[in-house]
Amino acid sequence: MHDGTRGNLPFAIRTYGPDKLKDALRKMLLIRKFEETAEQSYMRGLTHGTAHLSIGQEASAVGACIPLSDDDKITSTHRGHGHCIAKGADPARMFAEFFGKETGYCRGRGGSMHIADISKGNLGANGIVGGGIPIAVGAALSAKQLKTGTVALSFFGDGANNEGVFHESLNMASIWNLPVVFFCENNQYGMSTSTAQSTAVKSIADRASAYSMPGVVVDGNDFSAVAEASDKAVARAREGLGPTLVESVTYRFRGHSRSDRNRYRTEEEIQERMRQDPIPRMSELLESHGITTRREIEQLELDVDREIKAAMDFADKSPTPSVAELTSDVYAREIA
Amino acid sequence: MDASPTETRNLSYAEALREAMDIALESDERVIVMGEDIGVYGGAFQVTGDLFHKYGPERIVETPISELGGAGVAIGAALTGLRPIFEFQFSDFAALAMDQIVNQAAKLRYMLGGAVSVPVVMRLPSGSGTGAAAQHSQSLEAWLGHVPGLKVVQPSTPVDAKGLLLAALDDPDPVIVFEHKLLYKMKGHVPPGHYTTKIGKADVKRKGKDLTIVATGIMVHKSLEAAELLALEEIDAEVIDLRTVRPIDKKTILDSVRKTSRVICVYEGVTTLGIGAEISAMIAESDAFDFLDGPIIRLGGTECPIPFSPELQKAAVPQVDGIVEAAQGLVGDRIRHAEGGHGNVHLRDFDVASNGCAAG
Repeated sequence: MHDGTRGNLPFAIRTYGPDKLKDALRKMLLIRKFEETAEQSYMRGLTHGTAHLSIGQEASAVGACIPLSDDDKITSTHRGHGHCIAKGADPARMFAEFFGKETGYCRGRGGSMHIADISKGNLGANGIVGGGIPIAVGAALSAKQLKTGTVALSFFGDGANNEGVFHESLNMASIWNLPVVFFCENNQYGMSTSTAQSTAVKSIADRASAYSMPGVVVDGNDFSAVAEASDKAVARAREGLGPTLVESVTYRFRGHSRSDRNRYRTEEEIQERMRQDPIPRMSELLESHGITTRREIEQLELDVDREIKAAMDFADKSPTPSVAELTSDVYAREIA
Repeated sequence: MDASPTETRNLSYAEALREAMDIALESDERVIVMGEDIGVYGGAFQVTGDLFHKYGPERIVETPISELGGAGVAIGAALTGLRPIFEFQFSDFAALAMDQIVNQAAKLRYMLGGAVSVPVVMRLPSGSGTGAAAQHSQSLEAWLGHVPGLKVVQPSTPVDAKGLLLAALDDPDPVIVFEHKLLYKMKGHVPPGHYTTKIGKADVKRKGKDLTIVATGIMVHKSLEAAELLALEEIDAEVIDLRTVRPIDKKTILDSVRKTSRVICVYEGVTTLGIGAEISAMIAESDAFDFLDGPIIRLGGTECPIPFSPELQKAAVPQVDGIVEAAQGLVGDRIRHAEGGHGNVHLRDFDVASNGCAAG
């Protein structure tokens, strides 16, 4: 294929090899299946607490992480299962955490809202809206100071764009020219409050101009578009050109959390948005460019089902934490 | 090790803190200092002083006026390999950064099952006496001392200011250093080079047999002054410098109470739900309670914001006279008790309120 033709191909197709693309689809399927299974566990009363599902936002998570290595850092949010899997987490240890087991990523201390996987550069989901944003800037400061060549990417939602810490963090990243990507997943509602109600600018990416950095809006359900925006922002950060704000416009198919009675959006709106499901769009992208086939995708789905079943089984059979260790790890060394 | 000076020099409390930072910056490339106006200005209280000229803007990182974000950046940097010292301009401004201090720094290790450490040090100039009124004068040690995951220290002398700051830098967990603004110019012996003062260890500053005064920060000096006045009346006070608010050195306090049978807690933070309440409860819950010959007295800050007017400001925190008066009252009880006037459990005629917080 000559360059002229390649230039017309979607970014993902012309940039990544078939294995990487198929793996991206696999991760999207894994996120979906993980969360559907988690949801069923809740509905069947198998676990306590709450969970925030990102069903419908899988392209955003996987596209954002595709240019990152294991050494690059992310900070995630309360709606973070997708980010974890996109960054390479093992669903078995995620489920174990979800069920409060000792084998979980946080040894049962964190639960759904705090899963982290340090070995893969995931500094953790965060229960505080905007809480992870300055932490990612700090990780970028470390990268610059220690000359690691790594970047940090901070996931946050549209709700966080009205937290003061978002503004403080973007400003500092800009004045210090740090290798960080601010990745806003705008799923259009902060719990029940729409961005139209909550946010003075038309587009959250417009906030970037106040901090002298590029602001980019992408269709967050289009894997290739997300990957392209993230790739550019990550490359820019890695080259020492500073931060970027990416706004990935997406939609959560489920409610905010278990308590959501869905009084703030219509069934029509949800149905309409579900037609933009990122997973069929990704499958279609790969099939239409001959990267994979329907049969291969069906096989992939079966593999993912099996992996999730095995992961649930692992979690189920794992021990619960010992109450004798209730206060261990409050400090690195025990104190009097 | 605790300081065992072979050679000592007189440094101010601020100079001692600066020397600790200088040693850390010099010996460990991961150490950075962050804060507002800590560069050429030298910090609002001249604690960073000329460090900026020696280490430059990469190591002495001046932040915008963004306490929440700045604290978060320091925490993120600590998570990923740096050893940041974050200076708040006033401890009151830590209120702006509570999410990052309380929900992030304090929680991350535990919440992530021990997978991470947050070796961040935060320095907080605190306390009243500068005429800066309600928003620049608070003593918030007990707030942060309430949070598992944090360690909170409160040096009262130059030697401990340096030793505790260096200990904080060696510590894998977040350590909050409350520095009293009125102590910055106080001079004292400070050994050269690297040494640490153990976090969680109180210091018996003056030995005595008649009563125990447990004091924090600047109140250590007021208590020592009070002890000298009490000595003139042959009341022999033991003065303990708490030094660490979390974890509290229970043993040193209880050992002292078992010996003296009387205790006064002196601290600048608001009396109610403060350090004195915790110490009182520790005593009440232990066998040391059986040794008590009088009520436990709390002398803390008055139940009001720190006012501006000098007379009011002075009245809002414990002063030497109030400590002396409380001690006299308590030991007077001993005398009455010895004369057979009261049984051990009937000491409630002792008027706590009149010896309370607003002593002047």
